[in-house]
Amino acid sequence: MVTTNRVVTDGCLAFDKIGMIFPDGTEALRDISFTVDKGEFVTVVGPSGCGKSTLLKIASGLLEPTSGSVSVDRDHLGYVFQDATLLQWRTVRANVELFSELKDVPVAERKHAAQEAIDLVGLKGFEDHYPKSLSGGMKMRCSIARSLTLKPPVFLFDEPFGAVDEITREHLNSETQHLFLQEGFAGLFITHSISEAVFLSTKVLVMSARPGQIVAEFDVPFDYPREPNLRFDPAFAELSGKISVELRGSHS
Amino acid sequence: MKTGSTPTAEMSRSEHVARATLPPIALGLALVGLWYCISYLVLEESRRFLLRPIHQVIEVGFLDSDNRTEELLALWSSTKIALIGLAIAISIGFTLATLMSQAKTVEKAIFPYMVTLQAIPILAVVPLISFWFGTGALSRVVVCVMISLFPIIVNTLFGLHSAEQGAHDLFTLHHASRVTRLKKLMFPAALPAVFAGLRISAGLSVIGAIVGDFFFGKGDAGIGQLLRRHASRLQGEELLASVILSSLLGVVVFGFFGWVQKRAIGRWHDAISVEA
Repeated sequence: MVTTNRVVTDGCLAFDKIGMIFPDGTEALRDISFTVDKGEFVTVVGPSGCGKSTLLKIASGLLEPTSGSVSVDRDHLGYVFQDATLLQWRTVRANVELFSELKDVPVAERKHAAQEAIDLVGLKGFEDHYPKSLSGGMKMRCSIARSLTLKPPVFLFDEPFGAVDEITREHLNSETQHLFLQEGFAGLFITHSISEAVFLSTKVLVMSARPGQIVAEFDVPFDYPREPNLRFDPAFAELSGKISVELRGSHS
Repeated sequence: MKTGSTPTAEMSRSEHVARATLPPIALGLALVGLWYCISYLVLEESRRFLLRPIHQVIEVGFLDSDNRTEELLALWSSTKIALIGLAIAISIGFTLATLMSQAKTVEKAIFPYMVTLQAIPILAVVPLISFWFGTGALSRVVVCVMISLFPIIVNTLFGLHSAEQGAHDLFTLHHASRVTRLKKLMFPAALPAVFAGLRISAGLSVIGAIVGDFFFGKGDAGIGQLLRRHASRLQGEELLASVILSSLLGVVVFGFFGWVQKRAIGRWHDAISVEA
């Protein structure tokens, strides 16, 4: 039975027994149930092709699950993809305004929301630049700002920093953390990187290879705000080690 | 594609201009030399009408005021036909490509006929065209449209399909209507390909106008009629002058669309094509 209801349960995201079998017979997800509450930042780590991105597509409504249901407010859902997916012919400002424009928000309000989001991600001064003149990290910031204009209670991140270099990635991790603390959304983050997962999250879920199932769950005990040097803390390394062991197990 | 080695802006600018302009000028001079060689050394006096020396072409074809007036009037007539034909081809091409982009079935239905139209040798349908549309300006325009339509359709359609899936997902997530998706996503994404098609078709429309004029000469004489007349009267100078003018028209039209392209999308799109 397919019931993707859209009941809003106060700024949170809930997956209930999600199963996904593609028309070609590939079983991508099996019996996925978990919730992300306000103030939580949950990261799903897993091998390539395990269906992590499929899970976000189901949450956003781009895909219908073959079984189970999702509950989330889709009208104000922050969602950044692996690529920045900026429209090349729009400036940074116009790109950030896109969603308000599609929702027919009045121009003045639109401009205000866009400027606020641009300032928040540190792109002030680049409003009139076109995507072709931005670095990979800046494009990703712009993409995040675009979603921030929705004031999202729930924010989905689909491996957003996979294509940037290590240093930029650490910067972007810190910035994402600041946004999480400041905006207070419920975050669901997908990544390959265990260090990124542990650094950002309140909780890390390990997903197995196809069919994707949640095989382990780790609470991350470190207090916010987390400093970049936390990555060199023995407790950080120990937790990363445990997750790594589970992840290796899930590959087989 | 930045050119390297730029120590000072001033130096590099003039150097850049020199590098861009010297090779074609040198080649041009070499070709003029070759032209003179053939006119004076290869051809005997009696056969020199086959390739008149270049100064005579200029003297007779462009400096003689009667000839010049005739050439320019013909050029103007052909330009009008080319522009009208191109405008019609653009309207039909955009409309068809947009319809085709909206439904795979429409695309599949129309495409084979577009390929067929493209494959028809114009010569084969000349008699038909004169049956249906007479031997005047209308037939010239028809030929022009037939020749320049295909690249516009193919490139526009390719461009409309070129928006990435992720961008489409954004519009889907925000419940964008078909029209909004076309206007804010597919049309802008198509522009670089549309301009590539326009530049090809603009050149073809000039060819179409001249070919059409060659066969359908009723009314104002265009370049095609002049070519025909000069050839039959063995007027080598005038013939070459007409050839030069018609190529110039093609280059100007091609360059014009390159300029429009740069103005329209140069800010956000890096053109890969060679500048005219």
